[in-house]
Amino acid sequence: MNIPQHDHDEIWVDADAGPVVRPYAMTGGRTQASGRFDLVSMIMTSRSISGADVLDLGPEHEAILRRCQRPTSVAELSAHLNLPVGTIRVLLGDLLSRVLIMANNPDPVPNLPEDDIFEEVLNGIRNL
Amino acid sequence: MASETSDPRNSSTHMPRATKILVAGGFGAGKTTLVGAVSEIQPLQTEERITTASIGIDSLDGVDEKTTTTVAMDFGRITISTDVVVYLFGTPGQDRFLFVWDELALGAMGAVVLADTRRLADSFPSIDYFEQRGIPFVVGVNCFDGTPRRHTPEEVRIALDLALDVPVILCDARDRESAKAVLVSLVTHAQRIARQQRAQRGAAAPA
Repeated sequence: MNIPQHDHDEIWVDADAGPVVRPYAMTGGRTQASGRFDLVSMIMTSRSISGADVLDLGPEHEAILRRCQRPTSVAELSAHLNLPVGTIRVLLGDLLSRVLIMANNPDPVPNLPEDDIFEEVLNGIRNL
Repeated sequence: MASETSDPRNSSTHMPRATKILVAGGFGAGKTTLVGAVSEIQPLQTEERITTASIGIDSLDGVDEKTTTTVAMDFGRITISTDVVVYLFGTPGQDRFLFVWDELALGAMGAVVLADTRRLADSFPSIDYFEQRGIPFVVGVNCFDGTPRRHTPEEVRIALDLALDVPVILCDARDRESAKAVLVSLVTHAQRIARQQRAQRGAAAPA
C-alpha cells in the first residue's frame, strides 16, 4: 500500500485544484474533530490510498496516512508530526469521514481491564 | 491487505488494543526518567492546548477570562504482544493541570505516583485525584543519589496518609529493573482491585 508521491507542479495547475493557500492553518480554523479520538486510539489506514483520495487534502493529512500504514497511536502522531493533539484529532476526523483510516478506540467504560489483559501485561513487563 | 470497513470499531484488520499507565508526581520527581527506563522508544512529547476559564487559577482580581494552557506530556511505549500495547504517560502533577487528567485517566489501567521525599507534599494532588476516582495507584519513592536521608516505606505511607492496601515501593527511576518492579507492583495491585470489583458486581447481581 503506497501513497503516490505527487509532482506538486501537476497538482496546483489551475483553480480547480483548490486554494493554493489553505485557510487558517491546516484545519481550516476548526477545533472540533468529527470523531472522538483518545490519546491512545490506534489509527491505521483502511485501504490502498489513490491519488484521487488525497488530491484535496493537505500534506499533514498525507503525512498521517503514511505514518498509519502500521497501527499508530494519536499521541505518537502528535509527537512525530509535531502538532498538538487537538489538531491531530481534527485531521483524523477528516480522514475518518472519508473512510481512509480505521480507529481502534480504548474501551470508553470506566471498568478496569479483564483479567487476561492484566496477566499479559504483567508477563510483558517482567520479560522486558 | 486492509479491508474497506466503514465502522472503525469493528474491523477485520488486526489492530492492537492500547492501554494507558499514568506516571504522576511533582516537578522533578523523575516521571520522564521512569518512563524512559522501561520504554522501548525514546520518550516522545505530545501537547494538548486547552482553553479554560481562569477563575481561581491565575486570574487577576475580578477578571474572568479564558486562558489557553499548553500541557506537554512525555510518553513511552511497551509493546506487550501483537494484541496489547501499553503507553506510559508522564503527567504534570500540579493542581492546575489536573483537568487534563480526566481524559488521560479514562480507561487507564492505573497510575504510579512518584514521590520525592524532599518534597512529599508535591504528590498530594496526584494521590487525591486517584483516590477520589478510584483509580488503582502505587507510590514509588524515588531515591536519588544524595538524598539526605532515606525513609522507610512505612514512614512515607504515614506522611502521605495512604490506605494500607496502597503499595509503597522504594525505587530508582533511572534503573530499568527498579522501574519494572514498580510497574509490576502497580499492575498486580490493579489486577487485585479489578478482581474485587468483579466479585462485588457478581454478588450484587447473581445470575
